This record gives sequence, structure tokens and C-alpha cells, in this order.
Amino acid sequence: MTRALMELNGLTKAYPGVVANSDVSFDIMAGEVHALLGENGAGKSTLVKTIYGLVKPDTGTMMLDGKPFAPAEPRAARAAGIAMVFQHFSLFEALDVAENVALGMENPPPLRDLSQRIKEVSETYGLPLDPSRIVGDLSAGERQRVEIIRCLLQDPKVLIMDEPTSVLTPQEVEVLFQTLRKLRDEGTAILYISHKLEEIRALCDDATVLRLGKVVGTCDPRETSAREMAEMMVGGSLHVPERDGGETGDVLMKIKGLFATSPAEFGTALKDITLDIRAGQVLGIGGVAGNGQDELLGALSGEIRVPPNQIFHGDNDIGHLAPDARRILGICAAPEERMGHAAAPDMSLTENAALTGRKRKALTKNGFLNWRKTRDFAEEIIERFDVRTPGAGNAARSLSGGNLQKFVIGREILQDPQILIVNQPTWGVDASAAAAIRQALLDLAAKGAAVIVISQDLDELMEISDLFAALNEGRLSEPRPTKGLTVEDIGLMLGGAHDMEVAQNA
Amino acid sequence: MITLEKRPQPSQVWSMASPLVAVLLTMIAGAGLFAALGQDPIEALAKIFWEPLFGEFSFFYRPQLLIKGAPLVLIAIGLSLGFRAGIWNIGAEGQYIIGALSGAAVALALYPSEARWLVFPLMVIAGAFGGFAWAMIPGILRVKFKTNEILVSLMLVYVAEQLLASMALGAMRNPDGQGFPGSRNMAQMDAATSWINQSAGMHWGVVAAFIAVIFAYVLLARHVLGFQIKLAGQAPRAAAFSGTNPARLILFCLGTSGALAGMAGMFEISGPSGIVSIDFNVGYGFTAIIVAFLGRLHPVGILLAAGLMALTYIGGDVAQSSLGLPGAAIQVFQGMLLFFLLAVDVLTNYRFRFGTKGVA
Repeated sequence: MTRALMELNGLTKAYPGVVANSDVSFDIMAGEVHALLGENGAGKSTLVKTIYGLVKPDTGTMMLDGKPFAPAEPRAARAAGIAMVFQHFSLFEALDVAENVALGMENPPPLRDLSQRIKEVSETYGLPLDPSRIVGDLSAGERQRVEIIRCLLQDPKVLIMDEPTSVLTPQEVEVLFQTLRKLRDEGTAILYISHKLEEIRALCDDATVLRLGKVVGTCDPRETSAREMAEMMVGGSLHVPERDGGETGDVLMKIKGLFATSPAEFGTALKDITLDIRAGQVLGIGGVAGNGQDELLGALSGEIRVPPNQIFHGDNDIGHLAPDARRILGICAAPEERMGHAAAPDMSLTENAALTGRKRKALTKNGFLNWRKTRDFAEEIIERFDVRTPGAGNAARSLSGGNLQKFVIGREILQDPQILIVNQPTWGVDASAAAAIRQALLDLAAKGAAVIVISQDLDELMEISDLFAALNEGRLSEPRPTKGLTVEDIGLMLGGAHDMEVAQNA
Repeated sequence: MITLEKRPQPSQVWSMASPLVAVLLTMIAGAGLFAALGQDPIEALAKIFWEPLFGEFSFFYRPQLLIKGAPLVLIAIGLSLGFRAGIWNIGAEGQYIIGALSGAAVALALYPSEARWLVFPLMVIAGAFGGFAWAMIPGILRVKFKTNEILVSLMLVYVAEQLLASMALGAMRNPDGQGFPGSRNMAQMDAATSWINQSAGMHWGVVAAFIAVIFAYVLLARHVLGFQIKLAGQAPRAAAFSGTNPARLILFCLGTSGALAGMAGMFEISGPSGIVSIDFNVGYGFTAIIVAFLGRLHPVGILLAAGLMALTYIGGDVAQSSLGLPGAAIQVFQGMLLFFLLAVDVLTNYRFRFGTKGVA
């Protein structure tokens, strides 16, 4: 436990426009499970890809077992004793387990010997698996075992697991943890990537927290609460809310026991969300990314249709209405992903203005688009929201992320919505533009609209929200007035207060 | 090292120039091919591209351009709508056959009626509906059961071919034909013929093709549906966010392309072909896929591309008969055209960058 098996020193990797890793340094000991924590986009993937030889760092060095380590490709990393289990499996469904394992090896032994070894390894580590079964028939957990056994046959010194439990049932998680503990006891170092805090507390010996590409903290997860870790992930210091709660208006939209499954393969289902959306109010929804933010926006915008009696606009059930029908009612939305979701990258800004503005700006007549009027609308957005572009005829992909974001938010605000839902409205936007977007959202609320801001930037939420709620694994906490919230309250809500209450009562 | 770099804006120049460059490259490579076959390459190219238009017998070949081009335009226009939306109807050939059979069924059932005002419009409707219904099979299967429309539509081509053979030998066989396979000749029925002026190559299919071009142009440039088709193809998530109903779009695109292919078949069988025979279909449905891409999925482009393809067909025949070039060489030549087009196409969205640059 005392020897550093792997040392990372000042790893930095920049991509155009974003620094994925900035001066990342930490040690991984032999015989420990080391957690790598962080939100989506914090730089976890880039870091493990660097270790696995898929990405070359701009600067910084790695040491493995006291020797310099700079793998040119994954093969070199594997030869040096690094093994990795990816979140998405790379298996051939039509082949059996042994054949799949053989395909991933440099020099596979004859299949019969290999089957024997697979059996031995699977028994030793408590990973029940029959080498002759066809992979297409296996469950997600069993498929993961194939990947793990493939790694173990190489006798790795360092095993990297990328979000291993996202596809597993609780029972399978328990089996996996027993295997990992056994490996740890034999001296293997395990780098465990996750944002599920309770798992990390149960399994890991040490933890490094990344935020925006930097190491922002280390802790002993066995002695750190989930709340403290959540705080580290989303940002250390929080401003105390400054905003006076506005006048509460009428309930414009009512959500009652909303359940929705995610259309995305690894998405988070929404579970039993109940919420009143009132005129003139800004509701901030915080939470670590991947906890149902996209799905919540989709269910409200109409992209995800839900069963009856879950979403009401006034007295009308609107769960079955398509996005355009909801826009007519005054419900507008701006999703997080700008390229390809909120806007079509290869289309001009004029065409992108028509994307959502058709109904409320009356850009169509008898099904025919009025391009002149659409162009005027696009130019209005460009002017009012200071979008930097040569003209409305330019393709959306030619704009910088921040400029396109201003366009997207402007497009919705200028439609004068009654209810506006935005996800990550200022992500990747420079400070002055971010301030302008926030002010526009506040102005909209001051005019009597309801605004829902989903964001991972807690400072932003504290600055503009009247009410605050947190999303955790698809559940939404009870909204509370932002004024008077303490940092501890917020951490508790973010960490999934529901689960902890149960734990405390037990 | 040479690398490809994505352009911030699609290049206007290259999107216009790439078909021309592709044709040029095809000519160069084709010249090499013909030379390797022991022919004078210049003469072979002249036979293919010059002879049909301006040669001694151009009075015969020029009408052929209309006859070959019209079905290609009609089918390719329909296909291009789906291709833009990412809906791949590969089975236009089958829809073409079923449209032809449906149109022929009306003509033969009403024979010997003289009422052209009744028979011919009914045939057009039947032809369009036949193709539409045949395309609805992959459409509904895709919407209801998420099957792959590429496979289903392609497989239905072979079903349609069997049906054609059965009809030519059975139900639609000419009762006065002394037992020979094939139906009565509809081109000779005044009530059913699609010919307007046979010696000029004019038939109603040519008229329909021009109407389809205009219709598609307006749809794509001005109508919401055309906007949604483009959006669904370019950014499916943005289309869902915008409120496009994917199922409706699939059915519309498949249905329209099926109806147009069916109409093309119907005009063909009641005009240039005239007879329901076993080998009535000659692959227009597949060639139209090339035409659609060669025309950049743009209505006007398709019009030009269909002209070019028809020219290579006719010129190929000329070269085959006068120079003895093998038919396969002509097919290779046509294949090269698509190959080069797709290769040059990359330059619309990418540009070459010379010089060394670290690979991330």
C-alpha cells in the first residue's frame, strides 16, 4: 500500500477551444482502488485515454513502476501492464466468449487452452462465465465479465474501469465489487471512474477529484461524506444567494408524478417528479450532469411524450403534445447541446431561426415558409443578442460555441414565451455574454414568464434563481427558496438527500 | 503529409464544380479503360458523348434521350427526398414494376374501351397508387417494427419481378397472342397510350418528370415539409426538437418516391415498352439512385444528371454496336462516374491541407 505504482506528473492536454487536462498530478498505489471523480466533461476520459496510450499529452510525464512510461499506442500500454474496461463494450455478438477473448489478445493460445484459462480465472475471481456461450445471449453484466476476464488474462498491474456500474443490476454490482477487492488484495492497482458517490465510498481507498480539467481535491472516500465529494465535484466555494424571491404568480404549469424513460441508450429515467411552475419565478435546477437533465428538458419541451395526467398547462393535460403544439401554448426550450440539437450545424442561421420560431413568429403561411420574414427574425436575434457573425446566411457551425448559444437563447426569448426551459444556458460562453444571457432570463421573468434554468453552475443558479431544486438519478428534490439556503443545504440536496434520509432512518 | 480539414462553411464553388470535375475524371479514367481494351479512347468517348447528340443519326438518338431520361428523373426526384432525410428507398425498381402492372391492369381490364378521358387518368392514378402501396410496405414495417427499409425495399424488388413474370405469362397474357408471353400492346391503344409524339420521344412521362422537378424544387425551397426533410437528414435530434414527426416523414418520403416510381413504370409500359413482358424492367430504379446522387439530390441537378446518364446509356449502345465495346465496359464506365462523384464530393465540406501536422 505504500509504493506508488503509477505516478502522473503535470499532465496537460488541450484541444482546440478547451483544456481537457491541466497540470494533473497524482499517484496510484499498488493494491488500492483509486477513484477518479468528476462531472461529465471534467476531463476523466481524456486522462484515462492518456494512460491507455490513446491520447498523447501536450506536456507532463508518467512513471510506471519507477520507470518512465509514455505509451505510443494502446498496444504498448497493454504490454506495460495497463488494462482497461470501457464503458461501451467492444464484443462480437455472434462469437462465443472464448473467441471474443482471443480476438482481444496479442498472441492467443489455442482455443481449448484459452477456454480452460477462462474457466480458471472466472472461478478464481468469482466471475461465473461459460467460455462456450455466445456473447449475443449474455446480459450486460456478463458481457462486462468477458471484458474483465480478457484484461485479467494479461495479468495487469493497473486496471482502469470506466463507469463500470452504469449498465449493471445491484446484484451484479456486488459481484463486481468482490472481484475488484480480491484483485486489490493481490496488489493490482485499480483506477475506478465514476460519479456515483455511494459506490465510491463503498469500494475505493483513495479519490482524486477533477473539475474543468484540474485536480481540485483528493480525499479518503471512506471518511468523506457524499455531500462533501459532491461539493468538490461541482465547485468548492459557493456564493450565498443574493436574490430576493420575486412575487409568486399563478401556477402556469403543473407536473404531477412524472415518469419518463430516456430515449438515449445510457440515459437516466425521470422518476416521480412533482413541480409547480409559477409565473414570474426563476426555478434553478442543479445537479451533477447525467442525472436526468436532458430528459427533464425533453419531457417539458415535448420531445419526450409522457403518459396522461403527468404534465398540465393550466387545466389541460399536455403530456401528449408535440413541441410545436407546446410552443403555441407558450412553452419554449433551449437544450444543452447546441450543435445538432438546439441548432442544425450545416444550416444557415436563417434556417435555424425557423427551427423553433415557425409557430410563434408566424413564419409560415399555408405550410410555406416566408423566408424574408424568417431572415428578419434571424437578424433581430443577431442584433439584440450581439451574435458575432457576418450575416444570417452563415452556417450555424461557423459560429463559436458562445455566439451560437446567444443565438439559441435569443431565438427562444424573442418568441416571448410564457414558460422558458433552458439547460446550461451559459456553458462555454464568455463572462460578459453569460451576464447578458442571465439578465435576459431575469428580464423575461420580470415580465411575468416562468423560467426554469437547469445548470451545473451553482454560482449561476444562486445568482438568478428564486427557487432551487436538485436532480439526482432522475429524481427532483423539493424546490426551496434560494434565499436562506446554506452551502450545506445545497450539498445535501445535490448528493441525493432522498437516499441519505433513508440511510439515516435505517 | 496531406490531411483533410473541415471547412467552416460548405464551399459553394465546389458543390457546383464537383459534378463537372467528376465527369472529367471519369472521361480520363474511361479513356484509359477503353485504351486498355484496345480501342481508340478519343473515338470511344466521341461515340458515347458526341455521336448521340450531334452525329449523323442524332435524329434517331435525341428522342431516345427523353425516353431514357424521363423515368430516371421521375424516380430520382422521389428518391432524393428520402435520401435527404436519411430514408433509404433502394427498391424503386420494384415500385416501378408494380406501378407498371397496376397501370397495365387498368388498361387491359377496360380494353377495348375508347374513352381516353377515363382510361388514361385512371391508369395514372393506378400506377401511382401501385408504387405508393409497394413502398408503404417497407414504410409501415419501419415505423411499426423498426425494420431496415433498405433491406425490405430491396427484397421487394425480387418479389415484384416474380409478380411481373407471373403476370406476363398468366393473367395479363394477350388472349390473341397465339400463346406467346406478354400482354396486348398498350402503346397502340388510343385510350391507353402515353405517347404524345412518338417520333419526337414525347410522352406523358416526360411532362410528369418536368412537373416533378418543379414540385420538388418548391417543396424543398419553400415548404415546411421540405425544411423538415432537410433537417431530419442533417441533424435528427434538432429535427425532433423542432417538432418533426419522424414516422410521418418516413411514410411521406417512401410514399412519394414509390408513387413517382410507379408512375414512371406506368408511363413506360403504356408507351416506350408497350407490353407487359418478363424482362420489361431494365434497371431504371437502380440507375436512378446514381442519378439522384449525381444530381446532388437537387431537383435541377437531377434533371441534368438524368440527361447525362441517358446519354451514357445511348452512347454506350452506340459504342457497343459500332466499336464492339463490351456492355460490361459501359457499366464500369457508369460506375466510375458515381465513384468519382463521391470522391470529389468530399471537397465541398473539406479542403486539403499540405504539410506536416501532428496527429492527435
